[in-house]
Parts: sequence; C-alpha cells; structure tokens
Amino acid sequence: MAIRSLLSINKKKQKGVIVDRNKENSFPADLMTKCPECKKIYLTKELDNNLKVCPNCDHHYKMTAWERVSILLDEGTFESFDENLRTSNPLKFPSYLDKIEIDSHKTGLNEAVLTGKGSIKGTEVVVAIMDSHFRMGSMGSVVGEKITRAIEKATENGLPFLIFTASGGARMQEGVISLMQMAKTSVALKRHSDHGLLFISIMTHPTTGGVSASFASLGDLNIAEPQALIGFAGRRVIEQTVREKLPEDFQTAEFLLAHGQLDAIFHRKEMRDKLATIVKLHHKGGVSNV
Amino acid sequence: MSKSLDFEEPVVKLREKIGELKEIAKSAEVDMSSEIETLETRLKQLEEKIYNNMEPWDRVQVARHAQRPTTSDYINEIFSDFIELHGDRSFGDDEAIIGGIASFEGQPITIIGHQRGKTTKENIRRNFGMPHPEGYRKALRLMKQAEKFKRPIICFIDTKGAYPGKAAEERGQSEAIAKNLFEMAGLKVPVISVVIGEGGSGGALALGVANKIYMLENSTYSVISPEGAASILWKDASLAKQAAEAMKITAFDLKEMGIIDGIVIEVAGGAHRDVQAQALELKNCLNNALSELCPLSETELIEDRYDKFRKIGEFIEEEVN
Repeated sequence: MAIRSLLSINKKKQKGVIVDRNKENSFPADLMTKCPECKKIYLTKELDNNLKVCPNCDHHYKMTAWERVSILLDEGTFESFDENLRTSNPLKFPSYLDKIEIDSHKTGLNEAVLTGKGSIKGTEVVVAIMDSHFRMGSMGSVVGEKITRAIEKATENGLPFLIFTASGGARMQEGVISLMQMAKTSVALKRHSDHGLLFISIMTHPTTGGVSASFASLGDLNIAEPQALIGFAGRRVIEQTVREKLPEDFQTAEFLLAHGQLDAIFHRKEMRDKLATIVKLHHKGGVSNV
Repeated sequence: MSKSLDFEEPVVKLREKIGELKEIAKSAEVDMSSEIETLETRLKQLEEKIYNNMEPWDRVQVARHAQRPTTSDYINEIFSDFIELHGDRSFGDDEAIIGGIASFEGQPITIIGHQRGKTTKENIRRNFGMPHPEGYRKALRLMKQAEKFKRPIICFIDTKGAYPGKAAEERGQSEAIAKNLFEMAGLKVPVISVVIGEGGSGGALALGVANKIYMLENSTYSVISPEGAASILWKDASLAKQAAEAMKITAFDLKEMGIIDGIVIEVAGGAHRDVQAQALELKNCLNNALSELCPLSETELIEDRYDKFRKIGEFIEEEVN
C-alpha cells in the first residue's frame, strides 16, 4: 500500500478517538469526554477542536502520533519513514509479538514512534513522534532504529531534528538490547550535533526512564508540555527508597523548569508557532568566523 | 574465608571435611595421604562440575557478593601512581563514583568506576554504589580531562543503577546520564568499559559508551534487576530467579547477542576467591584492548564507537514494494 493512502486512512482512523478514563460512566462511547483533572464534561468534538486541551482547566490530553502530525506540520507535507520495520522477539517472551500486533492495529503504527520528514511553516524538518498508546511508548529495537535512522537522515540532509517524546522508558521484553538503544540514539545525536544542526526535544506526558535518560534530555532546547510527567525513576520507587512524601508537583514539567532542567514550557496551542520561530532563528546566523 | 553461596554448598562442605581429615591425620599415627588425595581429586571434580554449570541466578549471587572486588581493589592491583580526583565542580563529590589518573604499564590513563562498599558503613558513604547526577558529571569532567591530555579512559561498571531519589531528580539524573552517553560518543581517545559486578540499567550505561566492552564472567548487565523484572512481568519479585534467566543478563548472553567484545574469565567460584589472580586476568584483557585501540586515529576511534552501537538491535525489515 502506498504510504500516502496509508496515511490518510490512519488519519481518519484517529479522528475523534480519545482515551476516556471514565468509560463506564460516560454515555455513548466517544461522544462525550470527561476531563480527568477538573471532571468537567465536554463534547469530544469540542475537545478535538481545542487540540485536546481541556477548555476549563488546560489539562493536556495524550495525543496520538498522527494527531500531532496534523497540528504540527504544514498540511500534506508529512512523509513517513521506515514503516517496513517490524518488531522481532529476541528474548522469546511469550505473547510479546501478539501484544505488538494488537497495539499496531489499534494505532495504525508499526511501532511506538512515527518518524518522517515534513515542513513547519515552510521550513523542512525531520520529526520523530512517540505514541504512548503503543506499549506505553516504550523503546525496543524498532523504536531505537527508527529514531536513529531519522536522525541520520536529518544529518545527511542538514536538517533540524524535532522529537516529541512520550514513553515509559526502555522496553523490558527486549532486555539489554532496549537499554542499548539509549546509546545508539545518543551517538547518532552527537553526530547530528557535530554537524552544527539543531535538535529540539519536546517532552510530553509521560517521559520517563531510559527515554528521559537519553535523547529526550539531549536537545539544544529541551521543551515540555504543561503538567507533563518527566523523570528518571518512578514516583513509587522513589517513595519507597527515600521514605518521605514527595511534593505534589514532583516530576512535572513545572517542577523541572523550576529546577533548571528545561528551557521552556509551551502550551499546546502555541507549540507550532513557537517551534517554527525557533527553527527560523537557527538558520545560520551572521557570524562569519570559523 | 568469605561467605559461601547456596549453589556452592557441596564444594564448601567437602573442602571443610578434607580440612578436618588433614587435622586428624596429623595427630594420628596412620598415613591417610592416599585417602586425602582421593578426596581432593573428588573436590576438584565437584568444583568443576558446579562452577562450570552455574545458572544465571547463581551468577547474580556472585556478582552481588559482599566481598566481590570493587573498582578500588582493581585500581590497587592493576595500576600504579593512582591519584584520586574529586568533584563535579558545580555541586559536590559523589563517592558512589571514583575516578582519577594513574599509570598502566608505564602509560598514563584515566580510570573511572562505580564504587560500592564492602561494609555497611562504607556502603552508606558510597550510597551502595548508586550515583547521583554529580557522580556522572564528575565522570564526564574526568573524561574530558583525559581527552585533553590524550589519555585512554578505562571505566569499571558496578552498580545496581543510578540512585532513585528526590534530590537526584531535582538535579537532573536523566540529563546527567544522557549527557554522558552523548559526550562519550565523541571522545577522541580510546574508551574501554568493563562490567565488574552488576551493570544496572542507565546508571551503568552512563559509563559504558566505549570502544571495547568486556564483562567479568560472573557479572551481569541488564535493563532492569531480576527482582524488578519479576515484579513487572509476573507481579511477584520472588520469581527473580526465573527472570534472571529470561532477561538474558549474563556475560555469555551479552557475548552471544554481540553487545560485548569479550568475557574476562573468573577464578573458580568467583573473583572474590582470589583478587590478585583476578586482577591479573583483567590486566591482560586491558593490555590487549589498549594495544588494539591506541594506534587508531581520533576519527577512527569515534567511528568505531559509532558503528559499535549503531548496529545493536534486532528487528525485521520487510521489503518495500
């Protein structure tokens, strides 16, 4: 199937699909959505038109990778890479590939990241967008490989690289091979950086573990969406080790910003404009010395 | 005598019995030498049988043995003129990682490693070998220093993982680890990493982006501890033994997967049985690795490291029509 037609099918499939955490309580399936934060109920369409941000409390809902493409890039410019890569089962975990199959069907993706080329307000960029609806966005071989190939394409073509992270970390079912994807993506980013190219990391909810401890933290600019959970170790693990109550905003984007770990937090509504501006400001400046 | 582990119980018991028999024979008027000889042969066979058939979980126990040699043991045995260098220059000195300069076979080198303690008191000081961000930043500072003076870098990996704590998160544990992966990729000097005990997740990898990676025979390298894996997979941490098997974390597993370059054979029963002999084995390994890497140019070293990690991953690539 041609990539283009696949893309349009996927786009249609994703329209109006929202993860409803209160499914049993709400009436006909996807018509209405209740905000998990402020509990206000909305028409799902209303929420979609608002970029899946609660109009009342600004809660940023999770988005699918395809939804992000549609709100980030210039219409019709996206070209997806490496859809022919398939997950294998190196450690032979029972039913691992079945789970992959189910999530692949559910999301229309071959793995937990969508990569490709497109333009943002006319400037060409390479993007990678992780999707937490696919195995919690965890990183195994295919995710590592797709991201690395995308970075390499950006390096070859002298393009900026943007990544939207959403991941629980390294994928356990591929064991130490998953761990090594942290190193693989990082060495590729080093080479991209050595070519003087721009890398922007945009951390969305959630970005934790091995993903936060590799490419997500390596942007020339590290950006986050409001309230996104970002951290290395899980909250419960930390509470068990330190035996103390953690502040309520612990590991939120706002917490990281206050501790000097982020360049900025951008509201989803201003994300495209701000990113376009940043990319524009990174056209080679006027300094001529080498 | 160090504490014995469950799987080696038969060996320990037989050895004790032989010792007792020798004592008795000394004071008695009879010659027991042929009996003792037979028993010693049997002990040797038993040792071979047990130590050559260790299960992954047995190796986990050896890797975690309280008396297992640590980074500082190997520094003492292998290197001369070691001078420890402290601090990350912005927050503090993390004693869960030690580093410094030393001489190896007459060549100046930089050595960095996780440092756990052997006693409770020392473990508290060393935070059980689980670094905070300042530990990784100290390591990176010493790597950049090594690069400036064109010294090879040797890293010893021995940690359960980066410390999961509030302060660690506040000071950017993720960023500190990520930065090391990124910067190690670009180092213009040879980098050799050896897993000497436990290689736990990102906290281990942060000293592991090397040209050559080795593991001691009974060390482990994994994305998550066997206990952690068991509690996620089967909601039961007591199934750690099965998880140790399923997760493929031994030196032999990693060699087979093509992730590490070689295995440093351990003395029978584990490195803690004879630190000096073990250090000699490790020294030979480092020597070979250095003589292979030192002739390479800066570009070759960086490309070699790139290619090494670039090829890790198992997936299927379908043909595109």
